[in-house]
Amino acid sequence: MSERRLADLLAMWRIRAFEEKVRDLRAEGSIVGSVHLCIGQEAIPVGACDALEPEDALFATYRGHGWAIARGVPVTPLFAELMGRATGVNGGRGGSAYFTAADHGFHGENSIVGAGAPIACGAALAGRFDGSGRAAVTVFGDGAMNQGAVHEAMNFAAAFDLPVVFVCENNGYSELTPIADMVRSDRLAGRAAAYGMPGHRIDGNDAEAVRFHMRDALEVAREGGGPTLLECVTERIAGHYIGDAETYRRPGEMDRIRRREPITRLREGLLADGVPAAEIDAVETRARGEIDTAARTALAAPLADPATVKEHLYA
Amino acid sequence: MPEMSGTGEVRKLSYGEAVNAALHRLMEELPETLVYGEDVGEPGGVFGVTRGLRKQYGDRAFDTPISESAILGSAVGAAMMGRRPIVEIMWADFSLVALDQIVNQAANVRYVSNGRLAAPLTIRTQQGGAPGACAQHSQCLEALFLHVPGLRVCMPSTPQDAYDLLVTAVHSDDPVLVVENRMLYFGAKEEVRVGGAAGPMGGARVRRSGTDATVVTWGAITARVLEAAESLAGEGVDVEVLETPWLNPFDTEAVTAGAARTGRLAVVHEANVTGGFGAEVVARVTESGVPLSAPPLRVGTPDTRMPAAPVLAEALVPDAARIARELRALVRGAS
Ligand SMILES: Cc1ncc(C[n+]2csc(CCOP(=O)(O)OP(=O)(O)O)c2C)c(N)n1
Ligand SMILES: [Mg+2]
Repeated sequence: MSERRLADLLAMWRIRAFEEKVRDLRAEGSIVGSVHLCIGQEAIPVGACDALEPEDALFATYRGHGWAIARGVPVTPLFAELMGRATGVNGGRGGSAYFTAADHGFHGENSIVGAGAPIACGAALAGRFDGSGRAAVTVFGDGAMNQGAVHEAMNFAAAFDLPVVFVCENNGYSELTPIADMVRSDRLAGRAAAYGMPGHRIDGNDAEAVRFHMRDALEVAREGGGPTLLECVTERIAGHYIGDAETYRRPGEMDRIRRREPITRLREGLLADGVPAAEIDAVETRARGEIDTAARTALAAPLADPATVKEHLYA
Repeated sequence: MPEMSGTGEVRKLSYGEAVNAALHRLMEELPETLVYGEDVGEPGGVFGVTRGLRKQYGDRAFDTPISESAILGSAVGAAMMGRRPIVEIMWADFSLVALDQIVNQAANVRYVSNGRLAAPLTIRTQQGGAPGACAQHSQCLEALFLHVPGLRVCMPSTPQDAYDLLVTAVHSDDPVLVVENRMLYFGAKEEVRVGGAAGPMGGARVRRSGTDATVVTWGAITARVLEAAESLAGEGVDVEVLETPWLNPFDTEAVTAGAARTGRLAVVHEANVTGGFGAEVVARVTESGVPLSAPPLRVGTPDTRMPAAPVLAEALVPDAARIARELRALVRGAS
């Protein structure tokens, strides 16, 4: 039992160390442009991706670095992508908001809110015809629940019993605006009933809970039972984007968030179960070491070649 | 001391502050205005452009869900009923998820009701490239909207125009799209005359006079065109720079007159070339029959998607050096 939790801890530390490194690289100018970190939300991709099969399709958002890493995309080409290197996972064309690695079952981030949901329906639909048995997972935020495309996708998937899992990362904010101010009921999973599909509001800071519900939803989906909505309740510790002044935070909010964030909680749980602190701390050290090496390797690679800029527009 | 006069007051404002000043003025003078969009209320906008409105005007300035169809559609409905909504679409790229409400709805209200209904709404948005901006956050989409009859479109590039065009747009009884630019919001403060009467739509601005060619441009790239023009002046190539912040209505006459004077025409825009509004400008001047001593020139971003890596994006969006090179060839003949 503690073995799996140590594995979760390592997986979460890899993501956090990556994101913290990205923040440093952005501050020193090696990364340019808008970046959305998932610090605090690591348990969701770690739990969810563990339940996926290689042939499954995964569609994430601009806050998707953690999803790419949890899906097994190597971190060096991810760093390189952020730094505009030729060795970037998308040759520098995509950047932070479009990591895509189809060979790892990671069908891409997206920076149009809600846009991935209908696309995931199509990936699931294709599975009906190609014999793959593929399920599709689409990830989006609480704010995206108010986007027309997401409503259309939920009904589309439900009407046709498509094997789709809708993963809503409810971090309480859409950019600078609290979700509670933008909906009558902020129990977002409750909307699933309107589409005739199951909906669960779960602890998104507990990788094990996410894994459990994801397995369940995928099993139903693969057996022809149609889609599920998982509302994973979490908090982001970082701003909406790097540079966000976070003036919308209420007094005491960050302290509360830090107490229930997934890595702190898992660490406390492991300590309570008698796992030695040194063993737990070694996990962080190992993750940071891997990340530092990857970032250095990426930084040493050549920049993308402007002579190739028009390649890949058409077949 | 602010200078007061019958036509208003002069203040030192950045482009973003000028938009903010116009919004405050419009809320003050037109009680039927509403300002809303994502993050525009309490937070005051992701670029701070709507700051203070919520505090000062309460429920008339508010945040919305991430629901562009509902933002735009509700603006159409409220406008039909006599309100004058000023709604924000944070990036022009996001208008694409709700194009129906602009193209099929707003632009049709007056025409299909035989003039009995109107939709006096203003859509503020911003567009364009920025270092590290990604494919879905850097498109220049004005030509898409300029293809839509019934919709007015403008694109200010100076603090004064940012103020004036917004005031004119909101006073208009038709739907108007005001395309701003986030790279300009935090630019240098300039003297801006505020508080004057709302001006008419249309018109061109002679940003630089010259005799060898007429260069038509709009949006943030205007600054690069002026930079190119100055560097060419040092080589004895003297071009006129005509900025057309109003694109619908478009001041065809001013452009044609300029081309007639100089005998050469170039259009420079940040948008990609094919189907860009530059093609329309060239067509209008050509149709006017004005004799040109060289074929007209279009300068824009090549027809490709926009990469995130700065080194790749820089190879696409025309910079001052490329603009100067192309204008030099236009005037001197290709070498
Ligand atoms: C269609 C569209 N509208 C607006 C935006 C601007 N925008 C980017 S992220 C965001 C907030 C999204 O909030 P949420 O869905 O909760 O996801 P989170 O960022 O919290 O992960 C907004 C409004 C966008 N990218 N696309
Ligand atoms: Mg959110």
